[in-house]
Amino acid sequence: MAKKLMKGNEAIGEAAIQAGCRHYFAYPITPQTEVAEYLARRMPEVDGVFLQAESEVAASNMLFGASSAGVRTFTSSSSPGISLMSEAISYIAGAQLPVVFINIVRGGPGLGGILPAQSDYFQATKGGGHGDYHLLVFGPSTVQEAVDHVILAFELADKYRNPVMVLGDGMIGQMMEPVAFPAADVSPPPPKPWATVGMKNRPQNLIRSLFLNPDELEQNNLELRAKYDAMERDEVRFESYLTDEDMDVLVVAYGTMARIAKTAIDALREGGKRVGLLRPITLFPFPRQAVREAAGRAKSVLAVELSTGQMVEDVHWAAPDGMPVYFFGKVGGNIPAPEDISDEISKVLDGRATRHGVEPRPEEAS
Amino acid sequence: MPKVLIEPDRCKGCELCNAACPQQILAMSKEINTKGYFHALVTDQTRCIGCRLCAISCPDVAITVRTHAVRYNLFEY
Amino acid sequence: MTATTIFGTPASLTDRITHYCPGCTHGIIHRLVAESLDELGLRETTVGIAPVGCAVLAYHYFACDFQEAAHGRAPALATGTKRARPDLTVFTYQGDGDLASIGTAELIHAANRGEKITIIFVNNAIYGMTGGQMAPTTMPGQVTSTSPAGRDVELAGYPLRVAELVATLRTPSFVERVSVHSPRHIINAKRAVRQAFEYQKEGRCFSLVEVLSTCPTNWGLTPLEALKWLEENMLPYYPLGVKKSPDDEV
Repeated sequence: MAKKLMKGNEAIGEAAIQAGCRHYFAYPITPQTEVAEYLARRMPEVDGVFLQAESEVAASNMLFGASSAGVRTFTSSSSPGISLMSEAISYIAGAQLPVVFINIVRGGPGLGGILPAQSDYFQATKGGGHGDYHLLVFGPSTVQEAVDHVILAFELADKYRNPVMVLGDGMIGQMMEPVAFPAADVSPPPPKPWATVGMKNRPQNLIRSLFLNPDELEQNNLELRAKYDAMERDEVRFESYLTDEDMDVLVVAYGTMARIAKTAIDALREGGKRVGLLRPITLFPFPRQAVREAAGRAKSVLAVELSTGQMVEDVHWAAPDGMPVYFFGKVGGNIPAPEDISDEISKVLDGRATRHGVEPRPEEAS
Repeated sequence: MPKVLIEPDRCKGCELCNAACPQQILAMSKEINTKGYFHALVTDQTRCIGCRLCAISCPDVAITVRTHAVRYNLFEY
Repeated sequence: MTATTIFGTPASLTDRITHYCPGCTHGIIHRLVAESLDELGLRETTVGIAPVGCAVLAYHYFACDFQEAAHGRAPALATGTKRARPDLTVFTYQGDGDLASIGTAELIHAANRGEKITIIFVNNAIYGMTGGQMAPTTMPGQVTSTSPAGRDVELAGYPLRVAELVATLRTPSFVERVSVHSPRHIINAKRAVRQAFEYQKEGRCFSLVEVLSTCPTNWGLTPLEALKWLEENMLPYYPLGVKKSPDDEV
């Protein structure tokens, strides 16, 4: 398969086209505007619809309307824009509609910065919008993975009738890497008998999230829960790197941070240190079982993120009882070099690091 | 002869039809319907001219108007 | 001779008795929309978008496919649906809060882009479903639960005239304000609603029909008194008539 050198944002746009998506509604925001600019040129080439909405609020609600009409549709945005979309994401999840969201994460909170970050982990995996729901969340670490995840996102969104998010950081959006598009492998969308396309010789199709009757609302919530249970059973994806044998430190990192961590780990391995990496690929469902299992062969776990500590909480949850968990984060858009990470791993190995998430004992507090 | 048929249990007793009728042949009942409203009723079917203004004013589609006469569509309402 | 029905329930309306208050003009406006869909043969290819407001359950009363939007977002949903399936007839049905408050941006931009949808705006100068709060369309001096001393234009400004606002946009559209406070006005309103759906059937332009309506319960009046209040207080401020036609010069 021929590979093309493409910027991440543009590759993401092309991946959606390859997945058969012909309806894109979005609003410009750095660092993902190139997705919109690419599709503004590309959508008309495939007789698709490109619409720059007046806001992310409007764009995300247009997704609701288009998905209800039975078409594959998606948007791309960045952290502050995703906050604006949170209302619509909740409605889309409650109404059980398939929609794909791309979040090219930038520094926050508030207007923050335009450099890469991984500080939307909570927003993506724990809610963001109101109510009991989850997005299926992918964390690609290369532009090729981003392409693969976008195509998979459309398929899984249709399979589960649930919104799916691809959580890339600013680096994924901005860097150029060779990519291949597996056009032949993309399965066609399933039939959608629930879509609002005109009530002809059948009962009314109603797409809604309002259930004033408590039994009906409970029913809707239990249906959603069943989907998330199925995702936790069937859709967990992760990568194990050098975790088969006993380790001193297991590093858990995702996205581009995992790549930097790998370089650090390779350097330490050359020095004889026993370090491995568990890279979650799906952030929801989080690979708890895989982390627990790999951590069982390690003496400690180090979570590395471009945040002040979000995924590390899931690492705590996954790690075996009593396992020391450490955290290393860099924020503001200051991307750590591999040496920064290997220094941090060395601190853990030497016992100089402070455990994460441990309450200070009363004597220490005073 | 036009005939106005009011479904008592659809009526919410708003009295809009009473005000609309140019023949003033609509009134409100003295008994309540199953929802507890005093519903509208026709006091004199013989004076109905089939103008349909009662049905046009009814928010609850409680009124049907029928006629035995031949209907010439003078205007599409 | 057998009897012919010269007025009956439209096919686009279900049999369900509505939850609206006695004398609430929502029932009349629903029926006008349903009659228009029937007369134009659009029922089976129509998608309605329900608001958040008293008409949140509108989908129980119309016999066509429906979506339920977040508060104010109906024009965005309608845009998405119409762009995905331009062959469908798409309409929204919105009240004061939905359209003139939280959803004003979505309304203006859908109109400005010239989305070929139909918006029915029910203006009763108050927030009905949530219990009678002040709306952007509440009249100066009107007492509501959040303007207990009457709307003070120094604090809250003057009421929004949505029809005129949308009519100032350059993109061709059909904008008319009508009322349903008397049978004569209802018949005229029907003409406007039907015209709006005709324009959509022709694929011509965006259409907005603003319908002056009553809210007897929250105005604290009987249904008949409410009709009078509308005539005396709302008509002078909200003039009826066509504000913009697609035949106008651009």
